[in-house]
Amino acid sequence: MALTIAKPTSAVFAAGVAALFGAFFGIFVGTASGSTLLGLVGGAVVIFALSWAAATFLREQEKPARWGFVVLFVAGGFLFSGVPGLVLGLIFGTFFGWLTFYVASGRYRTGLPPYSTPRQVLWHFAFRTIAGMILVFLITPILVVMPLSFNAEDFFTFTPEMLSFDPAGYSLKHYRDFFTSSDWQGALWNSVRIAPVATILAVGFGTLAAIGLSQPHVPFRQAIMAILISPMIVPLIISAAGMYFFYSRIGLQGTYLGVVLAHAALGIPFVIITVTATLVGFDRSLTRAAANMGADPITTFFRVQMPLILPGVISGGLFAFITSFDEVVVVLFVGSAGQKTLPWQMFIGLREQISPTILAVATILVIISIALLTTVELLRRRSERLRGMSPS
Amino acid sequence: MKLTQTLLAGSALALVAGAATAQDLTLVSWGGAYQTSQQKAYVEPYLENNPGASVTWDESSAEAVAKLRAMNEAGNVTWDLVDVVASDAIRLCDEGLAMEYDPEELLAEGDDGTSAEDDFGDLIVSDCFIPQIVYSTTFGYRTDMVPEGVDAPTDVCAVFDLETYPGKRSLEKRPINNMEWALYCDGVAKDEIYDVLATPEGQDQALAKLDTIKDDVIWWSAGADTPQLLADGEVFMGSTYNGRLFSVIVEQDQPVGMLWDMQVFDLDGWIIPAGLSDEKLAEVEEFVKFATDTQRLADQAAYISYGPARLSSAPLVGQHADLGIEMAPHMPTDPENAKNTLLYNYEFWADYRDDIDAKFQAWLAQ
Repeated sequence: MALTIAKPTSAVFAAGVAALFGAFFGIFVGTASGSTLLGLVGGAVVIFALSWAAATFLREQEKPARWGFVVLFVAGGFLFSGVPGLVLGLIFGTFFGWLTFYVASGRYRTGLPPYSTPRQVLWHFAFRTIAGMILVFLITPILVVMPLSFNAEDFFTFTPEMLSFDPAGYSLKHYRDFFTSSDWQGALWNSVRIAPVATILAVGFGTLAAIGLSQPHVPFRQAIMAILISPMIVPLIISAAGMYFFYSRIGLQGTYLGVVLAHAALGIPFVIITVTATLVGFDRSLTRAAANMGADPITTFFRVQMPLILPGVISGGLFAFITSFDEVVVVLFVGSAGQKTLPWQMFIGLREQISPTILAVATILVIISIALLTTVELLRRRSERLRGMSPS
Repeated sequence: MKLTQTLLAGSALALVAGAATAQDLTLVSWGGAYQTSQQKAYVEPYLENNPGASVTWDESSAEAVAKLRAMNEAGNVTWDLVDVVASDAIRLCDEGLAMEYDPEELLAEGDDGTSAEDDFGDLIVSDCFIPQIVYSTTFGYRTDMVPEGVDAPTDVCAVFDLETYPGKRSLEKRPINNMEWALYCDGVAKDEIYDVLATPEGQDQALAKLDTIKDDVIWWSAGADTPQLLADGEVFMGSTYNGRLFSVIVEQDQPVGMLWDMQVFDLDGWIIPAGLSDEKLAEVEEFVKFATDTQRLADQAAYISYGPARLSSAPLVGQHADLGIEMAPHMPTDPENAKNTLLYNYEFWADYRDDIDAKFQAWLAQ
């Protein structure tokens, strides 16, 4: 790929690019210390000056110059705001040292075809920068929660002790609270009792519905499909209020069964959608071949069809499980205090007592979700591998 | 013979089953430290005396009115006893969703022999309302953010004094209390506040006063917000319930001070939902009689700094259950704290709430 030869660029260009990033990060540093505008201008000016000096006078001594960046930033950060500043300085110093020389040496062009116009080069990097920023935007709120859950205080606050990495500022007490409090354990137990049963119901009904609806001779397929996936489209609060009055009349409101059924109804659309999608790639002649060899429809389903659509069933089931496990609106209506689930308990905790125990629970739930999604991904890869091996 | 036996066995079973279900009480409260104080002060002792009984908590007091309405409409009231603020109790009583009761019959006499009616006195603000505690809404401020060379605030009007005390304030996102403080600090005499506030000019005057600090206000809606904002140093001062501030100052050891001036007293207590079965009602009544007696209400003060609603409980208020400090000086009703106070005006706000709310929300959106 390295067809393009790195051509050193001017110091002003390299410093200009670095200054753009300097201005961007300067906004955050500036806002945190009181003046956004000052941060923006200051960041741009300081980075421009440093990068320009490095690209002009130290162009040939890249390694020492980059170390110089790190040392300078670490020292500056430490003087500015102690240990947290030191860590930030380390990150910024490494980044800007690298960026300056990446641009100044012209190395940035080696990954691109030699005939790219400057505009194409610009777009290539702008695209990556934007994508990276979107990723940061999506993931930061989740990551911020995790260190806060080890807070030694009962507030959602990064205390000075935490920021200076003092062990006294950290504690596991919110995790202890979660594992010892009867409220939280009761809620966890309820969630564990409700979600799997709702998932099994959703998977059972959803798979059957998807298979039925994939038969070409079923009348009103589109209409039935629309009705079945409506719980996903109708605002949750509307479904919840409707279920509340309906379930009250038939004596299901405030019962375990009621919550399970409500959650199953919410999970069914996910199963239908994923199973329908896998059925598209399912070869119907296989069922006919099985029938030809004397298998009855049930055997055919379990021995031939089910193994092939299993990845769709499992990922639909996981979505149904997470829906039930995360759901708070419907359970607030359909459940009573005896069916308090984890999200319900978190909702109460957030409203009445902003306690970091919620963050500890959130961290645990994030880890569970990551584990579940990893499982889905591994299953998908496995099925792709199996398909690649099959003779079709 | 056989038939009689079967019948007997059947009815015995039904009795057992009936007793088993009737023993479970669903209590509705606020969650957090307040619910914990109720659990410790009267639910745990009650369960000890009644080993067969059990209690399920539902932390829905904030939506009690809406939920009770929905339950009533669906014909399926699943709550047995609901903790609400006095103004909600009045609304529920007016709508027939709460049961009227006779204090002399339902509530225990005071320890000193005073009748329940005299012991609770004026605090029974509605025929359905069974008072438990007196709490107040007041201000806390960051002691480390008081500007140098200036005394810590002792006057509620410091809230409106941005020059002496710069910084953000957190106020509740509703007109109640804020309008009163605004008028008071705009020079209206305390006993004329509600006369002024009843007129459109008075309402405009209050909003104009609030307008002077509007840019520096963070509006809160849950009781936990102001403590969090104070702990963060996000705000210099903020209003919230005095028990929350007690927890921030004494239990969490944050650099926060208490500003008792012009604290607004309010009441919190039980209501019994209308339409309980006789069996259930008997049990709820037994619990209420126990939970609101002199000793139980005094015990509650060991867990949270809210004043007991009974006069006879006041002398029995002791020390904090864990910290062992005297609780009396932290009570909103302590004479030292209650030099200049206001009582939530239930009648006024019942009449004017909708109008002033609309005006306030429009002003907020400007």
